[in-house]
Amino acid sequence: MKKIIELKNVTKSFDGEVVLDNISLDIYDNEFLTLLGPSGCGKTTTLRLIGGFETADAGDIIFMGENINNVPPHKRNVNTVFQRYALFPHLNVFENVAFPLREKKVPKAEIEQKVREMLSLVALTGFEHRSVTSLSGGQQQRVAIARALVSQPKVLLLDEPLAALDLKLRKDMQQELKKIQKATGITFVFVTHDQEEALSMSDTVVVMSEGRIQQIGTPIDIYNEPENAFVADFIGESNILDGVMLEDRKVAFSGHVFDCVDAGFGKKEPVDVVVRPEDVDIVAEEKGMLKGVVTSVTFLGVHYEIIVDINGFKWMIQTTDFVDVDEHIGLYIEPDAIHIMCKSEYSGMFGDYSSFSNELDELSDAESEMDE
Amino acid sequence: MKKNAPGQRGLLQKLILAPYSVWAALFIVVPLGFVAYYAFTDSNFNFTLDNITRFFTATSTVTEGEITREVHTYLLIFARSLKLAVISTFICLLMGYPMAYIMSRSSSRTQKVLVTLIMIPMWMNFLIRTYAWMTILQDTGIFNGLIGLIGLGPVHIIGTEAAVVIGMVYDYFPYMILPIYSIMAKMDVKLIEAAKDLGCNSLGVLRRVIWPLSLPGVISGIIMVLIPSISTFYISQKLGNGKFYLIGDAIEGQYVANNLHFAAAIAFILMVILLVCMAFMQRYANKKAVVA
Repeated sequence: MKKIIELKNVTKSFDGEVVLDNISLDIYDNEFLTLLGPSGCGKTTTLRLIGGFETADAGDIIFMGENINNVPPHKRNVNTVFQRYALFPHLNVFENVAFPLREKKVPKAEIEQKVREMLSLVALTGFEHRSVTSLSGGQQQRVAIARALVSQPKVLLLDEPLAALDLKLRKDMQQELKKIQKATGITFVFVTHDQEEALSMSDTVVVMSEGRIQQIGTPIDIYNEPENAFVADFIGESNILDGVMLEDRKVAFSGHVFDCVDAGFGKKEPVDVVVRPEDVDIVAEEKGMLKGVVTSVTFLGVHYEIIVDINGFKWMIQTTDFVDVDEHIGLYIEPDAIHIMCKSEYSGMFGDYSSFSNELDELSDAESEMDE
Repeated sequence: MKKNAPGQRGLLQKLILAPYSVWAALFIVVPLGFVAYYAFTDSNFNFTLDNITRFFTATSTVTEGEITREVHTYLLIFARSLKLAVISTFICLLMGYPMAYIMSRSSSRTQKVLVTLIMIPMWMNFLIRTYAWMTILQDTGIFNGLIGLIGLGPVHIIGTEAAVVIGMVYDYFPYMILPIYSIMAKMDVKLIEAAKDLGCNSLGVLRRVIWPLSLPGVISGIIMVLIPSISTFYISQKLGNGKFYLIGDAIEGQYVANNLHFAAAIAFILMVILLVCMAFMQRYANKKAVVA
């Protein structure tokens, strides 16, 4: 695969506060890459550096082999879909999409044809003469995408483009964006704080936190093989426990020795152990590897989400079997459901569900939507 | 709850609106009616078009050197007023637009300071400001003193059209910059970034995004400068040494001479012309806003 953009040791700070700390990243031709992280992690800044709206304090940005550190935005073969679309309110739908073509002095007939093509790609045929301010959020979104794609950039940058849409529309747009990316073959760099969105759309996910890249990988890698406690916690739900690697494929945590599939750690090396809530089987107490008491049960439609207290550590378990609060249960964990990670600065910060509540989760979601 | 039919107002709303309606009627509609009434009546309050026709037909002779010509008195005065007002407005726009843009892009602290600086002269009495310019622009005034220091001048300014224009620009500049600035300050920076992203250089951004979006501010700035400067009489009397009789001077002159009906007619005609101009400008702005 051909590299299209390379970030090399890029550092950026605002008012003395480091926003990007020496990040390096390769973006390949024709891929759907997502920068994922909580607000303030530097994902939007990364995007703005590629777009040319910020300049790096140190490091290089390479575009198709050429250093573009000092190339202004209008000379970069990269277009952006802005968070709140940034459509030109004084122009109608057609003129918004035609905007970059008119700047390039493309002949009239060609503009006409290209704009119509783009509008049909985003399913807005017939909206040419509508004012952009009269459109719904989803429609404005489509205009913004059409406008960014019409001059056939090499790379499309999308800055939380779906954040302002309601859930149903967001799901539809995710599918559609993926389809458009496949159809046009343009590299998409997509910024989001929504891990589900990242997993469902991307070829490559870049998890960021505090100005550093935590992990780069396919959605499946990121989910199944998180590199540290931050990634494990941020992507999906995880129980993260302190463990000790006894030998290859043997790990001790929660007072029990488990078989696992990981190897290559030092003897007696302290590690973080991740067990996904859906990978735990509930068995009778006497058959369980671990024993605990159910402290809360939430019905979520597809499954129950239960919190189990095991020696003071609260586990989250997703199960389709009903158990009641205060019931004593046993847990059974398959070796391949156990993922071992090296200790990191994030160890011990996440993984216990003792303060867990659905409401709290939503609150923190809403907070992170007001990004940067 | 009973839903009001569209256009039908609740009693409370009517009561709240009542004082404003009375105010508007008393101080806007009634005086305008009086102006029109006076304009179309003679001194016995009989209907007549004489005042209006007089404005368009009255002639007088002017002597320039050896040549004596007959001119349309009031049309000439009007043309002169319009010329000076247009020049002043244009200079205000030329200076105000870039400044408004720079202001809107500076830090919020700088913005506050600059807005205050622009407003401060407005807190001073208009007459005092004009008198100040008289002393500055005199042949032996501060201006000539200053350029004399670098070996220039003296320049004769006072009593020229230039002096009148300087006075108008100084007095009405805030009315140009503030509406433009307030529109630009509200403009979404993302739109500028979007334009750059889509291939515009700085000039393109200005021409295709900032200018069309700031047009409403420009239009109100133009109106707010053009109207007072077309009808001013004081500035031309003080800074023009009374040599440039403007339409405002004409109205004042007729009024002082107790010729209320003709004064009203001039005012009425001026108003109609300005309204037509404004209507054209608004239409231009609207059209521009759609096509651009």
